[in-house]
Amino acid sequence: MSIGAEAVAAKGWLGAHKWLLARRASQLGILALFLLGPLAGVWIVKGNLTFSYTLDVLPLTDPYILLQSLLTRHMPEMKAFVGAAIVLAFYLLVGGRVFCSWACPVNMVTDAAAWLRERIGIKGGAHVSRETRYWILAMTLVLALATGTLAWELINPVSMFHRGVIFGIGAAWAVILAVFLFDLFVMKDGWCGHLCPVGAFYSLLGKVSLARTVAVRRAACNDCMDCFVVCPEPQVIRPALKGMDGAGPVILAANCTNCGRCIDVCSKDVFSFGTRFGNKEVNAPSQAHEIASAACK
Amino acid sequence: MMEADKPKKASAAAQARRQFLLDSARMACGVGLLGIGIGLYAKQAKALPPLALRPPGAGAEKDFLGACVRCGLCVRDCPYDILSLAKPEEPVATGTPYFVARQLPCEMCDDIPCVKACPTGALDHKLTDIDKARMGLAVLVDHENCLNYLGLRCDICHRVCPVIDKAITLEQQLNPRTGKHALFIPVVHSDACTGCGKCEKACPLPVAAIKVYPTELARGEPGKHYRLGWVEKEKAGGSLVAPDLEHRYNLPEGLRYESGRGFVPGNEASPAAPGTQPAAPKALQGGKL
Ligand code: SF4
Ligand code: SF4
Ligand code: SF4
Ligand code: SF4
Ligand code: SF4
Repeated sequence: MSIGAEAVAAKGWLGAHKWLLARRASQLGILALFLLGPLAGVWIVKGNLTFSYTLDVLPLTDPYILLQSLLTRHMPEMKAFVGAAIVLAFYLLVGGRVFCSWACPVNMVTDAAAWLRERIGIKGGAHVSRETRYWILAMTLVLALATGTLAWELINPVSMFHRGVIFGIGAAWAVILAVFLFDLFVMKDGWCGHLCPVGAFYSLLGKVSLARTVAVRRAACNDCMDCFVVCPEPQVIRPALKGMDGAGPVILAANCTNCGRCIDVCSKDVFSFGTRFGNKEVNAPSQAHEIASAACK
Repeated sequence: MMEADKPKKASAAAQARRQFLLDSARMACGVGLLGIGIGLYAKQAKALPPLALRPPGAGAEKDFLGACVRCGLCVRDCPYDILSLAKPEEPVATGTPYFVARQLPCEMCDDIPCVKACPTGALDHKLTDIDKARMGLAVLVDHENCLNYLGLRCDICHRVCPVIDKAITLEQQLNPRTGKHALFIPVVHSDACTGCGKCEKACPLPVAAIKVYPTELARGEPGKHYRLGWVEKEKAGGSLVAPDLEHRYNLPEGLRYESGRGFVPGNEASPAAPGTQPAAPKALQGGKL
């Protein structure tokens, strides 16, 4: 059976896609808010993802770019700090990489690549470690320190794409196309899952952030493995789902993006959103797992 | 059994460590190479091309490139829409705001909304008087085609200048071609020119003879050890070197020399004006030099 078909059968198409729809609404909604100004003259939000100003009261600053700017030894105005504090507080509540799956415009591009890759059955490709993104993150910070400029911003596809959509895309489309083709042909989840330092930065917040995806009903897992296939960071699932080394059901791994794909795709409703607290052994997973796998045989 | 296990475990651990070091080294090399590439590219992007000017309040280019987060709020709040964020293919650092004087010059708004909008201080909030902005410096690059140099009274750059008679003055000279007319030479003064670009925009030639360049391109720099004699003299309140001896001329009988007039009849030596008797040089008075 194809991926997710079981969930659609159990919950209906809408029930098996509700978080996907919510995410797309969020991503497109954010873009629409930004575009309302330049396209319709309705200035609710000005700026772009690096800094925006909403209704002339709410500043929002990308803390990652602010950090780089500080490393170039520039002391920004208070407004930039306030904006960064608000953004930090927000993602510490909802989950660090919620930025990735709910706000970042590149996510739609890489999701499309992943979907097409699955669709036309492209397998394999280059292998690099998922840790590479942290090296790249460190490299961008060293660059800011060494060059005294926001050097990474010269090529950062994330800000380039968002800025491009709002202020005129220019040749940035080629960069985005490159990311798409890279994910499609060269590496599954290549950009967002292995290389992007923006996502890596937000994942650091994810180490302590409050809202988490939880495998609450993990005893009900029937090992269909669909969640592993749809998850952009499948390595985060196993400990919580399988209770490896006595792990509780909360997905604590920093790179879970709280995208809800696993919730959507699971016909047994194993996953749901929760918090990092109450990470107790709710229902002896290993035993349940054995029963489940025995049932499969 | 236990004994046999131990070295195996130890060697496995050693191998894991080796693998880890190897992986790290590989990663450091790969990512390091990428970083060097970006760094070199960033170095190239540090120089602003001659035609691009930064909004008011932007500091030196290398500082600006660390301070500006490329949010575009300055672009949005400019009422004349002169600013744009550089696209990747443009020769200005990607995403940073700039304007091109010949297309749309800065209108030098009294309340400087672009600076107020900037959340990072990349446009310095200390700039509150737009006349103190230094976006660039006008340079009359092409004397040969400037209409005023040819003897006409174009004067347009002078008349459109928001800091007229301070940033651009018209300096009168004899027109050597006709020998009797005047030339009114536009001269830009860096202590007053804001680099707004209005002169360049208004120059009626198909290609402007006066252009506004980023200050770093437009200006020279005197040697660190150079001193201007007249400035030093004013600072010290008197001549710093021994004055020239009074000139003695070996003049024909019955003539004397007068500055500006040449030989004039008369016998008396050129009278020194009263009170201009040279004072002893500072150096001889034991004063500090
Ligand atoms: S990993 Fe990077 S590109 Fe991907 S969604 Fe996150 S921030 Fe965007
Ligand atoms: S574990 Fe679930 S919520 Fe987290 S990234 Fe994977 S699919 Fe998304
Ligand atoms: S001073 Fe006025 S015209 Fe000039 S860049 Fe700023 S907002 Fe625009
Ligand atoms: S408002 Fe400031 S930080 Fe934003 S683009 Fe303009 S100069 Fe850069
Ligand atoms: S750029 Fe030209 S118009 Fe503007 S202040 Fe300087 S001389 Fe005047």
